[in-house]
Amino acid sequence: MDNKKFRELKTDILIIGAGGAGLRAAIEAYDAGAKVTIVSKSLLGKAHTVMAEGGIAASIADVDNEDNWKVHFSDTFVEGAYLGDWKMIEILVKEAPDRVYELEQYGALFDRTPHGKIMQRAFGGHTYKRLCHIGDRTGLEIIRVLEDQVLHRGIQVLDETIITKLAVSSGRIIGAVGLEYMTGDFIAISCKAVILASGGCGRLYKTTSNSLESTGDGLALAYDVGCALVNMEMVQFHPTGMVYPESVKGLLVTEGIRGEGGILLNNKGERFMKRYSPKRMELDARDVVARAIYNEIIKGNGTEHGGVYLDIAHKGAAFIKKKLPAMYDQFKDFADIDITKQKMEVAPTVHYHMGGVKVDAETYATNVKGLYAAGEITGGLHGANRLGGNSLADILIFGRRAGIWSAKYALHLETGNREILKAQLQNEIKRINSYLGSGEETSQYNNGKFRIYELSDALRQIMNEDVGIIRNANGLHNAMKVLETIKNEINNVKISGTTKYNRGLLTMIELENQLIIAECIIRSAIERKESRGAHFRSDFPKKYKKWLKWIICRKKNGRLSLYTSPFKQIPKRFSFIPKEKYS
Amino acid sequence: MDRKIKLFSSKQERLVEYTVPIEHGMVVLDAVIYVLEHFDSSISVRWNCKAGRCGSCGAEINGVPSLMCKTRLDSINGDIEVLPMKVFPNVKDLVIDPTDTWHIKKSIPNFKINEQIISKSNDITATKNITLYEYDVTRAQEFKRCIECFLCLDSCHAVRVHKSAYIGPMHVVKTASLDMNPLDSIDRREFLDKKGIRFCNVTKCCTEVCPAKIKITDNAIIPEKERINDKKVI
Repeated sequence: MDNKKFRELKTDILIIGAGGAGLRAAIEAYDAGAKVTIVSKSLLGKAHTVMAEGGIAASIADVDNEDNWKVHFSDTFVEGAYLGDWKMIEILVKEAPDRVYELEQYGALFDRTPHGKIMQRAFGGHTYKRLCHIGDRTGLEIIRVLEDQVLHRGIQVLDETIITKLAVSSGRIIGAVGLEYMTGDFIAISCKAVILASGGCGRLYKTTSNSLESTGDGLALAYDVGCALVNMEMVQFHPTGMVYPESVKGLLVTEGIRGEGGILLNNKGERFMKRYSPKRMELDARDVVARAIYNEIIKGNGTEHGGVYLDIAHKGAAFIKKKLPAMYDQFKDFADIDITKQKMEVAPTVHYHMGGVKVDAETYATNVKGLYAAGEITGGLHGANRLGGNSLADILIFGRRAGIWSAKYALHLETGNREILKAQLQNEIKRINSYLGSGEETSQYNNGKFRIYELSDALRQIMNEDVGIIRNANGLHNAMKVLETIKNEINNVKISGTTKYNRGLLTMIELENQLIIAECIIRSAIERKESRGAHFRSDFPKKYKKWLKWIICRKKNGRLSLYTSPFKQIPKRFSFIPKEKYS
Repeated sequence: MDRKIKLFSSKQERLVEYTVPIEHGMVVLDAVIYVLEHFDSSISVRWNCKAGRCGSCGAEINGVPSLMCKTRLDSINGDIEVLPMKVFPNVKDLVIDPTDTWHIKKSIPNFKINEQIISKSNDITATKNITLYEYDVTRAQEFKRCIECFLCLDSCHAVRVHKSAYIGPMHVVKTASLDMNPLDSIDRREFLDKKGIRFCNVTKCCTEVCPAKIKITDNAIIPEKERINDKKVI
């Protein structure tokens, strides 16, 4: 029986996502006088930010006193393969120190240097020791202190609720419709502005470090209302994910291990990074290290379970347990490996999406009036490759900015047309109920797995195989074909049960979103006929100056259309940056 | 190899048995996901990171409050029984409603930075020049490892008996993390006293189930109890 029950809410600013960006935005918008409501798919405090391990990049120079914002700028821009938005990067590197001190004032306690200052660690692509950290659980600390700020302000949080549609009237955002897990009832939220802070889409891939909820829903919501999505082909593979046992394949092994002195070895015991990057070795940027590891595995220099070795044992048990306690536990609990004595097996894992919603660099407003975005969901800042530690700075800096500017926009605005929101609500009730039905099909293959999970697996498998770390035209076109098949087949799928806390139904809603985002990623990857940063084409292995531009995806007349935007010339005052080289 | 796993179904008000093929290294959550994907896709179960970091997938596994994502199947002999945590209202199947914990968390007086630090400089860089050594921060850092998985609350007989009169171990840990922050300026002793910390009779059940390995009783609850008593004596 269909569930048509719904409730209505009214707020000024609706924030979708309760990770670092969403919570930081909420604090700022609330303090500016707006009524704020946060919606989150997971429970409050469980967002993917808690998985961030290594630290937050800020040139506070507490460890290496030569560091300053210019070096941080240069590192970020160069390692992003010159594709990053210089204006965003300038804001990032200049504001990062303030956000670190602010965390301290919210109650965060960073690890300390022997001189009583904030401890900073080395990380791939950063010239100096720059990552302020709390052991290997920096993200958890950030979430907790932000959560305290949000709770004590009395900001409304609707956790375990998925937003399935944004409502637009006369070209501006007027609200959103969603489904509450615990009751199974629908919700219509009337608002003046929306901040999308729903994170990335790593779950598009089978091998990923991302949490269950990182399915790119926010990207699909933005695309649906006509937002431009940029650099969608830029998917970051973190060099080191676990490979064994299967149960934890893809789980992140923090870059902090290499930052603290861990080395990579192939099955011959060779420290192979000296062939790929003689100067920076294990601490080159993530795209370089990930491709090196991938190449070693392809060449047959891999380990028993298809990875390479990562070794930190030479640093001694006391050091490892103090600096990398979570990693010590992770390998001991899941893989029966004692990293103070034994080598780890690691291989690249999908970790981050540099692409995303196109936003204005100052305000983080999208091209849809009243729609803002912050955090991993946005694109532009990290260019073609993100440096470790820059995303924790990103979420705080631009979460705050989205909060400020959305409040400025919303505070003097009338609530939008509620009839249109109600019509959208009715459409969504109909759409989501239509997924439910008896006679849920199980597949003849795959040990009788339900169809919905089989289709979801098929998408993640083809993304792994053909849209992975090394791409080519054949593979990408094949991925498009598989995508079309899944799109056709999903129409016949029915889910058993009701709208109440139904994992199958949620998988269905998420898969619809994932199909949209997968298409944007594949088509952009086909379009970019060069290799730059995280995007590597075996049929176009070189970088070309003519491709120093952004590929933009946008919905036009119900279909995906692609175009490129000319590159923003970087002003003369940044002449300290080394010039881009083409071979 | 196959293993039998029994999951609580709220519709049938009993444990339902399934048979699941096992691979090396599997955890209880893998087996539950297998059931979800092959036998009943509408089973309600909560998880997110599947890495022991977010604390979403707590349940009672053969009677012991545990994270499903961290409990290896090869650590259990015989059949596996998974029930929802009993101390919370049940939503459906293995999913519980932890909403009350937010109300408690809100009631804990928040971190407030020592005004002397702020008064020196009013801007955001006020803490730039403070000096804190590692020994200043390690104590609070232990409690900040808490992933708020609710397992300690489920294990605590004082919570079960005294209900809302005692805020429970997870919230004492939270309070201790604020109290032992060297930059904090709030006295939370009266708060803890009113919120029933005396009901804890230090049986250390919470410490045993903590996946973050926080010595909850020894390092958080007992020192807080002593601080309260000190205040009363003075």
